[in-house]
Amino acid sequence: MTLWPYGRPVSPDRPEDAPWEAAGHLLARLHRLRPAGLPGPLPVMRGPAKAARAVARLLAAAPGTPAAAVILRAWAGLPAWARDEAPMPRTDIVCHGDMHLGQLVRYPAPDGPWLLIDVDDLGVGEPAWDLARPAAWYATGLVGEAEWSRFLAAYRAAGGPAVRPGGDPWPELDAPARALTVQSAATGVAKAAAAGRELDGAEEAMVDACARIARLGVPVVG
Amino acid sequence: MQCPKCHAPMHTYNRSGVQIEQCSGCRGIFLDYGELEALTRLESQWTQAAPPPAAPQAYPAAPAPAWGAPHQGHHGHHGHGHRRGFGHLLFSS
Ligand SMILES: [Zn+2]
Repeated sequence: MTLWPYGRPVSPDRPEDAPWEAAGHLLARLHRLRPAGLPGPLPVMRGPAKAARAVARLLAAAPGTPAAAVILRAWAGLPAWARDEAPMPRTDIVCHGDMHLGQLVRYPAPDGPWLLIDVDDLGVGEPAWDLARPAAWYATGLVGEAEWSRFLAAYRAAGGPAVRPGGDPWPELDAPARALTVQSAATGVAKAAAAGRELDGAEEAMVDACARIARLGVPVVG
Repeated sequence: MQCPKCHAPMHTYNRSGVQIEQCSGCRGIFLDYGELEALTRLESQWTQAAPPPAAPQAYPAAPAPAWGAPHQGHHGHHGHGHRRGFGHLLFSS
């Protein structure tokens, strides 16, 4: 793990100030790298494995709770690749693998260009996974439509290949965004259970979203 | 017990009535019918405890998935708007 001494770019409580354009633009540039042009072979991106680990952690920390039941149902309806039970549909794109706003810093501080950091999870895989966290925040109402649209527009303007260039991006985003919603909900419930506390508002919003995903009526199968 | 799919050992979790088996190999989750029923009962507890859905609002201009939050509105200022104190989610894994 590398230490990044530049501090956080914006206050976590002011998402409207977050560098949404920079995030979309940098992500698109990363996704347009050719894996063959990189110095060494890349591993497969670990996003689905991390989601599966969050569910396993939930099962260990809070089994038999209503929240866990809701999350499990949402998880069970995901395609196998999103649960890390089958290979990803594509492995031709370089992905960040752990995209969130804390991965953007200005260098040199405080006014230099934005950089995408913390590429410990870099790997080839399904690029929509890198857009799925912001997509899940938008879908769950944690981030407004304006912020989401800024991010998506910047990604598309920079030629990002994860979603179609125009129109409804959700055919590509839906499965990864559901997976990230499940992962966030599972992590939140597991943390709350371990600390013996109630869910906070954001964690509750994530479980509520899982309940809506569960109600889409996907059967639970092995 | 072995995973019916990949034959790796299964881990069983059973602490509050619901028994869930997760495969240590492919990480598949396997439920039998009784477990499914228990899961459904628990699920409805969460749903009943949740606040009633907000009144229908205008569709946002940007497309959203079918499972999106009902209160998401234009520019994030309808309904609840931005939820306070969620920022930690945006900045962490
Ligand atoms: Zn298995």
